[in-house]
Amino acid sequence: MTTPPSTEFVVDPIPASAGIGLRHPHVTDFVTRRPPVGWIEVHSENYLGAGGPRLAALEQIRRDYPLSCHGVGLSLGSWEGLNVDHLARLRALFDRFQPGLVSEHVAWSVQDGTYLNDLLPLPYTEEALTILCRNVEQAQEAFGRRILVENPSSYVSFAESTIPEWEFMAETSRRTGCGLLLDVNNIHVSAHNHRFEPGPYLDAIPLDMVGEVHVAGHFVHEFDDQAILIDDHGAPVADAVWALLREALRRLGSVPVLVEWDTRIPPLDVLLAEAEKAQALIDIASTGRVRGDTGAPVHAS
Amino acid sequence: MLRDLQTQFRVGLLGGDAAPALASIENDVITPAQRFGIYRNNVLGSLAGALAAAFPVIERLVGERFFRAAARSFVQQSPPTVPQLLAYGDGFPAFLEAFPPAQSVRYLGDVGRLEWGRVDSMFAADAPALEPSALTSLPPEALADLLFAAHPATRLIRSAQFPIHTIWQVNQPSNPDPRPVDPGLGAEAVLVTRPGLAVETNPVTPGDAVFVQCLLQQQPLAAAAEAALGAEPDFDLQGALAAHLGRGTFSRVMQASR
Repeated sequence: MTTPPSTEFVVDPIPASAGIGLRHPHVTDFVTRRPPVGWIEVHSENYLGAGGPRLAALEQIRRDYPLSCHGVGLSLGSWEGLNVDHLARLRALFDRFQPGLVSEHVAWSVQDGTYLNDLLPLPYTEEALTILCRNVEQAQEAFGRRILVENPSSYVSFAESTIPEWEFMAETSRRTGCGLLLDVNNIHVSAHNHRFEPGPYLDAIPLDMVGEVHVAGHFVHEFDDQAILIDDHGAPVADAVWALLREALRRLGSVPVLVEWDTRIPPLDVLLAEAEKAQALIDIASTGRVRGDTGAPVHAS
Repeated sequence: MLRDLQTQFRVGLLGGDAAPALASIENDVITPAQRFGIYRNNVLGSLAGALAAAFPVIERLVGERFFRAAARSFVQQSPPTVPQLLAYGDGFPAFLEAFPPAQSVRYLGDVGRLEWGRVDSMFAADAPALEPSALTSLPPEALADLLFAAHPATRLIRSAQFPIHTIWQVNQPSNPDPRPVDPGLGAEAVLVTRPGLAVETNPVTPGDAVFVQCLLQQQPLAAAAEAALGAEPDFDLQGALAAHLGRGTFSRVMQASR
């Protein structure tokens, strides 16, 4: 038995401003301080309990902020297809909280019913693209709405891959009508880990399909003198990622930008300061540029 | 094929043979084994971290290193089957009980059940707690046949042997200097409830444990009270009922059909 929701929410569109990812250590701060951010994003799977304090707090916070629901467990890249129970639980969450955006990842995390709790990489093949698109369509149908899919950070590339990641992303959007969540930290991390230039990535992304941008921190791990970037969301946003955000915003005009921080979570004020930096870049980009004006090609910093 | 690749990854990530997965990975800058190892660490580390969040007292009792090793073994043996970390860990107490390196600490399983009861309670459905007026409005002769419906967030954890509440309380992560607890102190039972939005953890007497257990099993009030008195001759029925009303142990009452 669940208590009916006490508030009937209607969809608040996510504004083209800086938001932050709401994490449990900051919930009390949000309830008591109502910090000045334009919107918040939560990991949908953290709110799939039947009831209790977590959902009650989200309901309270939702009254003051537009909400984006970002999934981490749907496993859009799974060969075996999507878990229909999970789709139904997510749909119920969205029906209750009426998020302005719903997003997931171009990745997989479920195989043979086992949930591996990581965003695992897909080979960029025609077969994987077909499977991904089929799953995206199923999710959009189950939710009764368009979703955004996020470009992954990755540590491996597959010998069998035939499609560049940016084309794989663009084609997913083209075939399914889904929007894109452009994570510029992930572009930076993957570009470094696979030694490609981020510029052509931005050039290839259909800008009118980008509904949201993410930034986050990463750390550098040395393997025998070779640096590999680990996307742990546990540090301030790196300068190179701010530069990439600036470049992305120059092309996109104004778009919602989210600051994420998931490990070694600092006090809320640290995140708010990062969100202010993102907001300053949005403000610069939104003055004088028309969305869809792609500008000059970007060169890697 | 994607099916093969995903199968090979799952097997390799959970401690099985990683060679087939490695064969699909490009050898570039660092080795496929190093690259695959990043994912394996993410998978095992994040799931072990989820268990640490659910079982902070177990981690305190066995130490971080032992806990991580035990948790990684559990993850490899029983990975999650639902993509929600808040639902992961119910099998961990039984695993600890059977985990050979933990055999010298016999009470880990029951203390783990107490911690899981708290997690389970926290995410259980919302429901109003039973109002005292639901009892006071009834004629006295109606009480004996009364059936009680547990609140969805109520959990009763009874240890057959160990003082689980004392161990749990003394070994809170916030306690800088826990005193040793004699595991031979005697069996304890714990009632976890969620009267408002906060989870409460209270020890209950042997009679009260029997009383609640009987009511949760849908025995009528008179039978539950009798069983409680059998377990604890001094059992205070009035006091126990008042305490359960305050703690939100139950959500509804109804008359048993004769």
